[in-house]
Formats: sequence, C-alpha cells, structure tokens
Amino acid sequence: MIPTLQRGNEERFVTRKIHVSTTVNGEAVEFLCEARHSLLEVLRDELALTGCKEGCNNGNCGACTVMMNRLPVDSCCVLAVEAEGAEIETVEGVAAQGQLHTVQQCFLEGAALQCGICTPGFIITAKALLERNPNPSEQEIRFALAGNLCRCTGYDKIIRSVQAAAETMKEAKS
Amino acid sequence: MRHFQYAAPTTVDDAVRVLSEHGERSKMLAGGTDIIVQLREGMCEADAVVDVKRIQELMQLEYSPDMGLQLGAGVSCWQVYQHAELSVAYPALVDATRIIGGWQIQSRASVGGNLCNSSPAADTIPTLIAHNAVCHIAGPKGRRSLPVEQFCTAPGRNILQSGEILVALTFPPPLPRASSAYERFIPRNEMDIAVAGAASWIQLDDARESVVQARIALAAVAPTPVIAEEASSWLAGQPINDETFAEAGEIAKKVASPIDDMRGTTEYRVHLVGVLTKRTLAKAAKRAQAE
Repeated sequence: MIPTLQRGNEERFVTRKIHVSTTVNGEAVEFLCEARHSLLEVLRDELALTGCKEGCNNGNCGACTVMMNRLPVDSCCVLAVEAEGAEIETVEGVAAQGQLHTVQQCFLEGAALQCGICTPGFIITAKALLERNPNPSEQEIRFALAGNLCRCTGYDKIIRSVQAAAETMKEAKS
Repeated sequence: MRHFQYAAPTTVDDAVRVLSEHGERSKMLAGGTDIIVQLREGMCEADAVVDVKRIQELMQLEYSPDMGLQLGAGVSCWQVYQHAELSVAYPALVDATRIIGGWQIQSRASVGGNLCNSSPAADTIPTLIAHNAVCHIAGPKGRRSLPVEQFCTAPGRNILQSGEILVALTFPPPLPRASSAYERFIPRNEMDIAVAGAASWIQLDDARESVVQARIALAAVAPTPVIAEEASSWLAGQPINDETFAEAGEIAKKVASPIDDMRGTTEYRVHLVGVLTKRTLAKAAKRAQAE
C-alpha cells in the first residue's frame, strides 16, 4: 500500500515516523525515523554507531561510507527508510570477535591515520576492494578509494597500508 | 532537510498516481546521490519523494546481442559496468558509469537518474546519444518514447511533464565493426564534474579502413548535452587515421557554446572538444577494429 500523504490546516502536512527493519553488522535492528533522515544520521544518533562520520554531507568525502547490500555507499546520500530489508555493515562490524581485521591492523602499523576522521570510511572501502580484488595495482587502489578524502595524511601511507593488507591477506590464504 | 513524505510504490501506475497528485512538489528517488543532496541544500523542494527502487520495471537490466539493451531507469552505474557484455556492446556507456563520482556514488547512482537530473555536464548522456538510445516514459496520459537527445531542454530541465516518470532506456543491438568511447576532462583525477566530455560511436567498413557512420555527442559545452551532427555526418566514408579524427574534432567544435567558469574558460572548453573528440574517435575505432 502506498503511504498516503496528508496535509494539516496551516501546516504543510503531518510528519510521521516510519518504522524500519534492517540488519546492521549481522544483527536484526529496528528503528523509527522521519523520511528526511539520512542513514548516516540514524546510524549515529539512533543506533549509536558513531564510526561513520559526517564530513561533507553531500556525497563527496566518503567519511560516512558504510556497506549496504555488499557495496560501499555514502550513507549521507541514503535515506534511513531505504535501509528497510537491507544489510548494512559499519566499521564497528569489521573487527571480528575483538580481533582487528588485517586492513585495520595494517592501517595502524602503517600510520595510515592522523586525526582518524576519514579512517572508518577508508577501512570500509579498502576492505570492500580487497574482498573483490585481492591483487589490486596501485592505480586500482587509488581509483577504488577515490570517494574517500583525507585532509591529514596525503594518502601515501593509506595506499601503502592497503597494499600491505593485500599482501598479508594473500599470504594468509596460501 | 525539510519534511517530506516517502512513498515506495511497486508499480509504475502507482508511481504515476503519486507523482501526478503532487506534480512539481514530488521528486523521484533512485540512487539519491543528486536528489538527496539537492533537497538537503534547498536547491529543490518536495512534499513527496517517490522511491522507484521497488518498481521491478525500473530496476531491470536485460541485454542480448539480438535485442539490444533494456536499462531500467533505476539501474545503478555499478550494475552497468559489472555486466560483462555491456563493456563490449556499449563501451562508451560503461566508460561513463565508471567515472561518475567514486565507488560509493556508483553503487547507488543510476543512469536514468543521471539523465533526469539533466545536467549539461552529465557523463552518461552523451553516451546515450552516441548509442541512439530511446527514453521510455510513463505518465497520466499513458506511455511515450522519444530519442534521448530530445530529453534535456535546458540546464537541469527536461521534457518530463507533471506526473511523468522515466521507466527505461533502450539501446539498439550492437552493430558489427562498431564501437564507442567516452572521455572527459576534469581538473582532478576523479570525483569531479566534466569541464568537457565527448562520446564517439563509430562503425567501420568491411576492410576496417574507413568509417561507415559515426555519432559524436558532447558534455558540458552547451546548455544541454549536444550532438555534433556535422562532424558525425562528415566522418562517413573518411579513412581511419589521426588526420580524420582531428578534423572531426575541429568540426565538432562548431556545436560547442560553453560557459566561462572556475572549471574552465570558453576557449579552453572549445579546445577540449577538439582533443576529446579526436581521442574518443580513435579509441572507438581501435575497439571496433579489435572486434
């Protein structure tokens, strides 16, 4: 059924909260939100998953990157209601049972962060890259990470850390 | 963002009904990478946002070498460039979908949405034109179709009437010894808006030595994406070589009427038309020869 649209008298219309059922980091989750709320706002403010950050709020910087149905997305450009029935993964879900993922470990060891604001977004995208392309060239890494901006590091250590993670993940498989 | 109501219809008819009820005050939502930002920044307003992603007809991608491509309006850039056959059948389209924004944008942004946003600098639109794509629209008065080059009318404006929705784009089946390419100039390496863009489609003769037909379309150098008609017609019968492509580039400049802004001057954009037309013709010809 299509939600019908109502108008009040002097107000434009009645605002309603929408109930959303979704999966976040493998767990079934429910929340109420307004239609205008972004997934970023709900993850941070309703679900206390503050790993994703608001950087630009317009789809440029990637600080808000999360996985949605197995693809990296800018959560500032997704309405929270669109999460209905979706699978969301945030940086909080990357470390399994308290053990850092190889990407996270390599970022730490490679000093791929300074202020750390961009880091959750980079980790999400880099992990997504290596899961699809275990052997990326430097060019492919840079291209895949094009939607993640960093003000502090100059990117060099980030790229090297992703390369190191790729190496480590390959060795782990062999 | 101001309040709006969200609707997620499952049929085109239901979508048309909601869009008709609210006319200008309703917006379609596919990938959301343009519209959500515009709503948030006050560049447009809506009482109703109609999510098209539950309408199966808008989310289908069907291709066969005999029938061509049917691309639902909501299909994402990611889905397009992940599809193995499309990079052979419609390379210019795939070229464009790979360079819109970054991965996060491509995961969501749709080709149909790129068209409906109707930016003069849209990367996919010249590729749709070069490939002779057709738009299929549904509205309160029923369905209609038109060539994609007629869709955009002015910066950010198009022929969709109140209550109308873009349902799909169709592409003709690929022809033998034909291929295409899209390139744009941007100041950075990625994540930017085209200063100029060119999509070239070309079909070679049996000997693969001369052009049978060509179709060139340009981005960001006019109020809408634009066909370089004269350059396209001139190419018929010309030999495949750099001089031909360069000359076509010169002729293509005639349809360019770009603006001066912080990304580029008029003069520079016109210059880029020549360069990008030449390069995309050469790349399309090389791809066609490889078939």
